[in-house]
Amino acid sequence: MQDVVLAMLAKEPAHGYELRSRMRNALGPLGEAMNAGQVYVTLARLAKAGLVTSERAEGLPDRPDRRVYALTPAGQQRVTGWLTEVSWPKPDLTEFHLKLVAAAAARLADPVALVDAQRREVLRRLRDAQRAALERSVDPVAGLLLEGVVLRLRADLEWLEACERTWSESGRAGRKAGA
Amino acid sequence: MNGSTALRTRRLSKWYGWDNTLVRAVDEVDLEVPSGQTLAIMGPSGCGKSTLLHLLGGLQRPSDGEVWLAGRRIDTLSERALSRLRRDTVGLVFQSFHLMDELTAVENVEMAALLAGRSPGRARRRALHLLDQVGLADRATHLPSALSGGQRQRVAIARAMSNEPQVVLADEPTGNLDSAATLEVLRLFEELRNTGQTLVVVTHDPRIAAVADRVISMRDGAFADDSLLAETATGTVYGGVR
Repeated sequence: MQDVVLAMLAKEPAHGYELRSRMRNALGPLGEAMNAGQVYVTLARLAKAGLVTSERAEGLPDRPDRRVYALTPAGQQRVTGWLTEVSWPKPDLTEFHLKLVAAAAARLADPVALVDAQRREVLRRLRDAQRAALERSVDPVAGLLLEGVVLRLRADLEWLEACERTWSESGRAGRKAGA
Repeated sequence: MNGSTALRTRRLSKWYGWDNTLVRAVDEVDLEVPSGQTLAIMGPSGCGKSTLLHLLGGLQRPSDGEVWLAGRRIDTLSERALSRLRRDTVGLVFQSFHLMDELTAVENVEMAALLAGRSPGRARRRALHLLDQVGLADRATHLPSALSGGQRQRVAIARAMSNEPQVVLADEPTGNLDSAATLEVLRLFEELRNTGQTLVVVTHDPRIAAVADRVISMRDGAFADDSLLAETATGTVYGGVR
């Protein structure tokens, strides 16, 4: 959550409520379930860690949702690190999805390149798991686990392909609109 | 690996239609496959990978560009020379096996050798040997209908090996197979790879990566990422010694 909030701020400083609505927009129907307080709790933690600063917006009451939050240089650095991170420990689709949204919004990185990097990593894991499954010495029960691992990674790859298609198209549309 | 190039293309293109209906199924593809390499070309359906495979195997002629197979340019060959090349130099494996239903496993495998002019005795011995290699010695006299999907594909692979091809080309070889049958086919490809057979597989099945030396990703008729996965379990690949 911390990385996501930071990345959502990378485009430009934002009020707490703007940040929340950016995330809700990016998540679509899944955003409905997002707890409003969670964003502000996260922002408070990030401020404490020196990754964001906040200013009271003029003429508005001093409440967390009315303050304007911005990245500090340390926060900026952490966003960059998070974007290029390709680990897939427990694939968190929401986090990866928001990574792409944030990268595109702030023009921090090409979402398609992020997808490619992730795809290479997932394919490498799938290859390793499938190779292990090919060993004739693997007993059927252990083979079953490997089959499960392979199936999940195949699903991840399929989703990454869908991500690539959509972000490639939106990249092309963006270039056309900008031309 | 002997360091030579099994397959090479230069600005290889295949177009369909014209003007504003022009589709570039294969778009200026440059490819080099060293002898002994197992190459997987991955991409979604419609990306042009099957067309590319057909161009590599001389099943279709390119609109432009060159194809070189075992040091010989094949896109300019006569129809007759091309059909000889398809029979003698290339082994083909398809998603739907393409076995003849009325012939037994061994008859399917020996057919290619008979068509190439081998004596019946020699063709039969070779076919039985190949079926043994793919683990189907005891199924030689079965009709395809009596074999599982994985077994049928293994027969098709044995048939592809019949004339000791320079290159085996496979189009979605695991497309119709369940997990267990896919394992059988992958193991067989692994064995082919270990014998130094050059193999090009086009597929959307990422499991093929387990037996590939190199994986290329294809999009819209061109290579999107030509080193998607370039390392092997035992070392580097590109033209090097495995």
